[in-house]
Amino acid sequence: MRVKIAKYSFLFTGCWELKEMVGRSARDEQQLLEAIEEIPLDSLSYHTQSFFLRHKYIAGPYPNDFATWAAIQVRDRVLGEKLGILDPYDFENLEALRTEIVNIIDEHLSQLQIIPRVIYGEPFHFMQSRIIEVPTGLEARTLREFRKILATVDASAVYYHNFEAILRLGRRMGDFALWIDEQLDLPELAKKISSLDFYMTSLESIRQRIIKLCDEVLVKEAPE
Amino acid sequence: MSRLNDYRELVPKGTIDFLNRLAEQVKGRKILHINSTKLGGGVAEMLWSDVLLLQDIGIDAEWQIISGTEEFFNVTKSFHNALQGHDQHLSQKMLEAYLEVNRENAKRLSIDAHYVVIHDPQPAALIESRPAQGKWVWRCHIDISRPQWKVWSFLKQFVVNYDAAVFSLPRFAQRLPIAQFLIYPSIDPLSDKNRDLSPQEQAQILSRLNVPTDKPMLLQVSRFDRFKDPLGVIQTYRLVKKHHDVRLVLAGGEATDDPEGKTVLSEVREAARDDPDIHILLLPPDANLEINALQRAATIVLQKSLREGFGLTVAEAMWKGKPVIGSSTGGITVQLLYGVTGFTVNSVEGAAFRIHHLLDNPEVMTKIGEDGREYVRQNFLITRNLGDWLALMSYLGRAT
Repeated sequence: MRVKIAKYSFLFTGCWELKEMVGRSARDEQQLLEAIEEIPLDSLSYHTQSFFLRHKYIAGPYPNDFATWAAIQVRDRVLGEKLGILDPYDFENLEALRTEIVNIIDEHLSQLQIIPRVIYGEPFHFMQSRIIEVPTGLEARTLREFRKILATVDASAVYYHNFEAILRLGRRMGDFALWIDEQLDLPELAKKISSLDFYMTSLESIRQRIIKLCDEVLVKEAPE
Repeated sequence: MSRLNDYRELVPKGTIDFLNRLAEQVKGRKILHINSTKLGGGVAEMLWSDVLLLQDIGIDAEWQIISGTEEFFNVTKSFHNALQGHDQHLSQKMLEAYLEVNRENAKRLSIDAHYVVIHDPQPAALIESRPAQGKWVWRCHIDISRPQWKVWSFLKQFVVNYDAAVFSLPRFAQRLPIAQFLIYPSIDPLSDKNRDLSPQEQAQILSRLNVPTDKPMLLQVSRFDRFKDPLGVIQTYRLVKKHHDVRLVLAGGEATDDPEGKTVLSEVREAARDDPDIHILLLPPDANLEINALQRAATIVLQKSLREGFGLTVAEAMWKGKPVIGSSTGGITVQLLYGVTGFTVNSVEGAAFRIHHLLDNPEVMTKIGEDGREYVRQNFLITRNLGDWLALMSYLGRAT
């Protein structure tokens, strides 16, 4: 198989998340619901998606802060479970995700006589992400170069090109898959990458899975 | 070879190159840190490393301290206690003394920089003398989630004039008309307090401190301060001692801005009475190697604070692979993920129970220690702190 050289290089961009406090908190699930209806999308993003920039470990039972708070601090495991299964990739954008979260909490509360609240636990403190983009200066023109850089680049680049690109910047395929499809003309590899389940794992795990998929193509390629 | 490169093998892959790229966004800018002491306490310790790394990465970083009278530091200690929720009476004369020292320092210090970072309440009123240029950030290291309102109202009149405030935990955020950011404190893995020690070096230090290693050692490192609950630690030790022959080491430094330390220390000595297995070590502010050796020699490390800003001694012990039991307060809860990177407890009895549990299950201690070290590597090393400050400077610079 002939080595494909991209007309436009892939420029790896990392990011740094500055954590800003919204100055709002919730002590019960009704307050949580009302706040989620009103918080900026950057806050919704912080609590549901940029989690992966901050935790190698899942710091609670679920991969989003709302579910973990309900389950651990309020001790309402039912709501925790309902929110915990949400995958931001299933939604067109963050506004659609917000609507679904609000619907879930609203429906849950409609079935209860008493609004669950924290007694011994911590209130929910709303935060928001300020993502600072950082061009790494690393660029690839072939799949081999891409794979080599991906193996060592800061993990935030994996986040930026897959989470930030898809969920906040509206590039639904993700930057890696888009470039591989358009510039390297490898639609099958692009499809496999864009089909990965990014949500229920860690950035390092995503990195390794993409490298593995690249390697499967590279073994068929003639050496550069 | 830059100093930053020395961290390459200790931090997550790609971090150092990434930080160099991030720094390019603010290269050539000047950042000035101002606090009240160069010795003692976590803030001063962090600033030593922060400033060196900022300089190393191409930022013009400077650190100045305010000078003050004994009366001033007594007033700011009362501020500190009141902001952490304890009743304090502050007279008009005391507030005047606070303002006067700030005014004098404003005349003495050169406070002209692109970014001026004021640490804690002591120099907060310097904002009254800010020049027209530059972004000013108030960096609050203490727990002000339940402040005494009179004191907070006094301080708030200065805080609202900053461009941004930075706190160590989300719950410390206040109703303020300025942006509030979260930056967790961090430790320097190459400092004397955290660097690797050879077995000989460690043995020599422990021998000098007169601390034998013949029994499992429980350790709490903290200033002799009521908020750190040293008396509660002694009660915990006594519950454990019924079943396990352990030693307790309480090692505390004195910060130059803490006039209460001596009183608490004498209460602790009284409580320990003549128990030969309780070692109370009053360490000088620069006893970093001694603390390092004690943490490495400890079997279990405690941080039983009643109130805590962040509690960096927890991250220090975790970095050394030690299981840590800490109170469910302040930043301790961020560092100790229950059952994964450590244990949080809510009482003397809870702490004693967890110590029993760990001493009886050494394999749990090993696993918690390993996971704790990895968690610190990802979240609480100084390189992460450097990135946060570079990002904040970049963000505030854009907002101009």
